[in-house]
Amino acid sequence: MRGRPKLYTSYIAEAQLFPTRVQKILVVVGIIVLVLMPFDLPVINQIPIVRFLGDNIWLRLVNRMLIFTIAALGLNILSGLAGQVSLGHAFFMGSGAYTAVLVGGKGSANLWGWGLPIWIWLPASGVVAALVGIAVAPAAVRVRGLYLGIATLGLVFIGLHLSRVFPEIAGPGALGRKWPRMQFRLWKEEDPLVDFSRDGDWLWFEASKNQKTYLLLLALTVIAAVVAANIARTRTGRAFSAIRERDVAAEIMGVPEFRYKTMAFAISSFYAGVAGALLAVLAGQVPPESWGLLLSIQFIAILLIGGIGRVSGALLGTFFVVLSPRFIEEVIDWMKEQVDHGGILAGVFDILISTGDGDGGILAISETALGYPLPASALDELVYGLLIVVFLLFEPMGLYGIWVKVRNYWKGWPFSY
Amino acid sequence: MTGATMILAATGLDTFVHTVIKSLALGSLYALLALGFVLIFKATQTVNFAQGALALAGTWFLSMIFMDWNVPGRWVGGPGWLHWFVALLLAALATAGFGLVIERLAIRPMIGEPIFSMAVITLGLEVMIRTVAFDAVNVTPRVLGVPWGTETFMIGGAFIAWSYIAAIAMAAVAFVGVWLFFKTRTGVAMRATAFDQEAALAQGINVGRIFAIAWAVGAMLAAISGVFSSMPPWGPAGMASRDGAFFAFRALPAVILGGLDSAVGALVGGLLIGFAEIFAGQYLAGHTGILGVGYQQVVPYVVMLIGLLVKPYGLFGTEEVRRV
Repeated sequence: MRGRPKLYTSYIAEAQLFPTRVQKILVVVGIIVLVLMPFDLPVINQIPIVRFLGDNIWLRLVNRMLIFTIAALGLNILSGLAGQVSLGHAFFMGSGAYTAVLVGGKGSANLWGWGLPIWIWLPASGVVAALVGIAVAPAAVRVRGLYLGIATLGLVFIGLHLSRVFPEIAGPGALGRKWPRMQFRLWKEEDPLVDFSRDGDWLWFEASKNQKTYLLLLALTVIAAVVAANIARTRTGRAFSAIRERDVAAEIMGVPEFRYKTMAFAISSFYAGVAGALLAVLAGQVPPESWGLLLSIQFIAILLIGGIGRVSGALLGTFFVVLSPRFIEEVIDWMKEQVDHGGILAGVFDILISTGDGDGGILAISETALGYPLPASALDELVYGLLIVVFLLFEPMGLYGIWVKVRNYWKGWPFSY
Repeated sequence: MTGATMILAATGLDTFVHTVIKSLALGSLYALLALGFVLIFKATQTVNFAQGALALAGTWFLSMIFMDWNVPGRWVGGPGWLHWFVALLLAALATAGFGLVIERLAIRPMIGEPIFSMAVITLGLEVMIRTVAFDAVNVTPRVLGVPWGTETFMIGGAFIAWSYIAAIAMAAVAFVGVWLFFKTRTGVAMRATAFDQEAALAQGINVGRIFAIAWAVGAMLAAISGVFSSMPPWGPAGMASRDGAFFAFRALPAVILGGLDSAVGALVGGLLIGFAEIFAGQYLAGHTGILGVGYQQVVPYVVMLIGLLVKPYGLFGTEEVRRV
């Protein structure tokens, strides 16, 4: 069957994650490039995008992106695969994060924390979030569609209030409490076995803390993505799809709706819990308000921009949503430079950018400026709201849909069908 | 819920009277917000998550029209409160125009797409409008110039704020208005569209125009409820502020409890949620140690979740007939 990649002669061949040899090679090469990306190696350092993503400044953002990927994969299982609209993803992430700080954080007179190592708190945060998901499921299974979306929205607000009821876990102030550092210990010994939160020697080479964290998160993300892709092609995944397409029909065909919806909530919450714990640990200190509605919306935006229901869609969407604010800031900086040094397009940019009082531009340079002209941070949010709208209007399948169109165009070239 | 109108009365009856009127007022406010959601949902089958952002935009418009430009006071004489109401109407109309633009650009192309996609579009719009509106109200506090300000009067021993009465009256006017609107030709057309879009089209109803009208009226209601929820007991001293955008989310439990597609449900749900929130705040205050500070703001969501468990489509909502 050489040269006919779409001709399947067995079910096993059809169900493969990477059916063609080219894809297998690409995945292996891609993972090798990703692993070596941050280490300033001669060849890899020349690949266009990889070159600057591997920089130390960007690497922090890339780490954040990897965590977001894990959470987005979780929501993809619930919303993309099982078709259950959830605005409560931030709530499950929060439950994971606070489990992590309870199990792994340092206790004091008015703060609870057991100081256990990472190999306990990381799985625990996922498990507790999954249990919360199972606890919520009976109510969530009864309602459907937009009612479910708004009911899960209620969870976010109830979660915010719970953080106020338990200041022993969430910390007293508006700043929130400190999460455990990313360190691997066997038990509560003084020196960690592997310290992801400090620069320094590692085996036989020097590595900064961002590089070490990056490798850990990359490993976790790859595992999460492979598991998510595998869930989709098991009996469970097919049951999820059946429920998404029509829940009554699925039940008539012998797919127990309640059990599988509960399972979808549990799996998605597990992902969310792990991602929430990692996100809080990476930030170090997180106020309760950051587990709010905006975070939930962000994940819906990720799914819609990337392409809902596909693992690759979740990956693309996260890349786009998490990195685009930074790109925008870079572009604005670049535009400002052009204005200052009188580049070719200086006149155009001068209209857009406001450098001082009385300038007619719509973008402000300084981060602290409020009001009109808009500060860069407001512009980020504006652009990302705009992205949601534009993608839904013009490309409902997201970036993945664009990729499919491009691929099909070249497949059929020079014919248009 | 604190403000200039804290209870000074000593007797239980006065507290009760005060609490009832306070609940009625908050309930009316929720009902007003809920009516905006319901109107848009009835016509377009979309939950408009941008309602809160539209409300904030509406209060901002009012502040600009009434305080900055002094419209209509710069042209005509007459009492100040009349000017304020004219300005409120103008602000509502401006917001309605804004709603029309949104509908035309972002909602109309989505007809026939999944409901979820439409709802998420409004979420995206919410992020955009809120960002710009936050920025606008952040520079200087935007005073609204509410005529009755923080003034109160007494019933027996209970202090009642005029804002309470105003909110109740406004909600009554809005509900009667919508009820009358549903009796008109356009209103009947809207009900038909809500029932079945294709059948309505076949009957010669211009469904696109119905969508536009629903969004315009919904945006108007959002602006009015936004202004009233910025008044002293609820908002910060009659100023447009960032909280305005989130107040609408607190009305979502009322919408869900009453049923997404029922105007009566909006009224009943709003009042129920209002009463639950205020009464819990008043009579469970002794247990704040266990319940946590600000627990009354979560009461609506808890009531909503319990309500959904009992009736998944709300009290007055149409149950979806589930067919294979």
